Amino acid sequence: MTTTNPIPMVAATAQHAEQPERKLTIAEALREGIAEEMRRDPNVFLIGEDIGIPGGFGGAFGVYLGLPEEFGRERIIDTPISEKAIAGAAVGAALMGMRPIADMQYADFLFECMDELVNQAAKMRYMSGGKLSVPMVMRAPVGTTNRGAQHGQCPESFFIHVPGIKVVCVSDAYHAKGLIKSAVRDDNPVLVFEHKMLYGSKGRQMAGGLDLTMHVPREEYLFPIGKAVIKRPGTSVTVVSTHLSLYRCLAVADELAAEGIECEVIDPLSLVPLDTETLWASVRKTGRLVIVHEDTLTGGWGAEIAARAADECLFSLEAPIKRVAAFDVPLPVAPIMEQTVVPNVERIKSVIRGVCQ
Amino acid sequence: MTYLNQLGVDKSLDLYRQLLLLRRFEERVYNMFLLGEVVGTVHQYQGQEAVAVGMCDHLSHTDWITSTHRPHGHAMAKGVSPRSAMAELYVKATGCCKGKGGSMHLGDPDVGMLPAIAIVGGGNSVVIGLGLAFKLRKTQQAAVCFFGDGATNEGAFHESLNFAAVKRLPIVFVCENNLYGASTPYHEASLVPDVAERAKAYGVPGHIVDGMDVLAVHEAGGAAIAAARAGKGPILLECKTYRYIGHSRSDARGYRTKDEEADWKAKDPITRLGGQLMAEGVAQSKLDELDTGVEAVLDDAVEFARNSPEATPEMALEDAYA
Repeated sequence: MTTTNPIPMVAATAQHAEQPERKLTIAEALREGIAEEMRRDPNVFLIGEDIGIPGGFGGAFGVYLGLPEEFGRERIIDTPISEKAIAGAAVGAALMGMRPIADMQYADFLFECMDELVNQAAKMRYMSGGKLSVPMVMRAPVGTTNRGAQHGQCPESFFIHVPGIKVVCVSDAYHAKGLIKSAVRDDNPVLVFEHKMLYGSKGRQMAGGLDLTMHVPREEYLFPIGKAVIKRPGTSVTVVSTHLSLYRCLAVADELAAEGIECEVIDPLSLVPLDTETLWASVRKTGRLVIVHEDTLTGGWGAEIAARAADECLFSLEAPIKRVAAFDVPLPVAPIMEQTVVPNVERIKSVIRGVCQ
Repeated sequence: MTYLNQLGVDKSLDLYRQLLLLRRFEERVYNMFLLGEVVGTVHQYQGQEAVAVGMCDHLSHTDWITSTHRPHGHAMAKGVSPRSAMAELYVKATGCCKGKGGSMHLGDPDVGMLPAIAIVGGGNSVVIGLGLAFKLRKTQQAAVCFFGDGATNEGAFHESLNFAAVKRLPIVFVCENNLYGASTPYHEASLVPDVAERAKAYGVPGHIVDGMDVLAVHEAGGAAIAAARAGKGPILLECKTYRYIGHSRSDARGYRTKDEEADWKAKDPITRLGGQLMAEGVAQSKLDELDTGVEAVLDDAVEFARNSPEATPEMALEDAYA
């Protein structure tokens, strides 16, 4: 699908064409990737709230169901409701060479442990003159789901601003598995953001009827952090998006194709490091760039990509760079207000049409 | 039988030498700061030496400590080499953190000390991960978390002590209650007179220790660390102590009285142990000899730091990512 993707999804599917399709949800793919890493390396453990309690939830979104039975509660560590303790435990254990996967029930709760992430995890390697490293993963579900201002934010952009942290956004099962495995093996702190509406079957309806299960090969594979994937090739305009917004962009791209507008839709997958090679090659080809994210507009990661694109690709551009983002207000609960605030299909369509005129 | 007798004179002399090392190190740093050779700011440890020495004497290099914005004493007590520590304060390339940590992040993983964490309470949450790793790996390692009275009103103090308690982690939490969080008196920051009392809230033992008496700290610390290694879970020690100097280099100490300072200096840990040793028949000349030895080590450390190569601009862009 893309020349810079070392494990193209189409090729992977073709390679295993003889095998029956093995379609997994993102939740299943994450669970499988985590289990493989836990079997491979005894240093890997899970830590978070409500993740291994017998008869409990298996994590807020069921990603860990079945894992305590295989690995025992010594490696699936339930904690008090103490986000600073969860993050601090992960940082400290990682400093001792273990590979914790810490769990935030909602990404909104990351603000409870900003010190541990921003002042400790991100800086311990640098402050030690390179003697230490912090090989931890923090998983955090984002996305608005009629739960209002404190359980629906997309705070990825806070963290792209912090040197020392890698920021990954997963939007499909194949890359979710490949990336969570790479994140566990990475020697840096990696924040993995997942969208709540994309975990399982419920997301299909919300994402406009798209089937979000995807073929995931039985054979082990990794997907490198720092590689983008072109989800739909096109020549008219480059559209960069993640998570649920990505699927809205793909739906819009289908519609606009009938009008002769061919969108090249790119999922960056990793915001830090950013695959600028794939992004700029696309922008230079199409001459137009629209960035779509569910995070709010001001200071969102779209601003960073826009600034860098202006720097790198200005003379290839035929239209202003546009961002479609949540309006700069907290998230409301009423669906009619919520879907006004976040980038909806109509808004995305209108902006893409505008730059292609 | 006194605790000094239990330890023996030789061991007690070694503690005396360590106290001197911490005190003389800080005196050097004070002078070098005035000379403009040490940049930034420094938060000094004079007066509190008994706490770091009494605790760290029980730890090997495979045990770990976390420290604070006031870390020089912890570094010396944990065995960071005076050369690499002094070079770090001179922010030279040969410093234990290559000049990237400086005074407030002094530490050396090679001897089991994280770069000091200068966010109040910051070490309290990180240390539980150290303890968790030791427990998961079933080693006999222990971690000691040093923090001030100011940290006890941070959320991290509460979350971490509770977490360490329910997970029975091998950690000793050592509160160095020096009566002031910067300029704010402890009694204005909490209605609980003794920090140690707060241990009850977490179901763990809490003990008040005379932080001006290295033998008292050594005795209480030894028992606490042994219990931690034995899997009995964390203990909170509150060491009542006093910093002789200001919070940082810009502090004129207008918030406390000269009488109060004199009262605490009368309990000086070095004078105290020196007197106890002489009562056991140790000659003043022996104590002086130890002092001379410490001064020689520090002469060498300052010389090393002064003559070390500067950090380079290129180094600034290294080590952010593995």
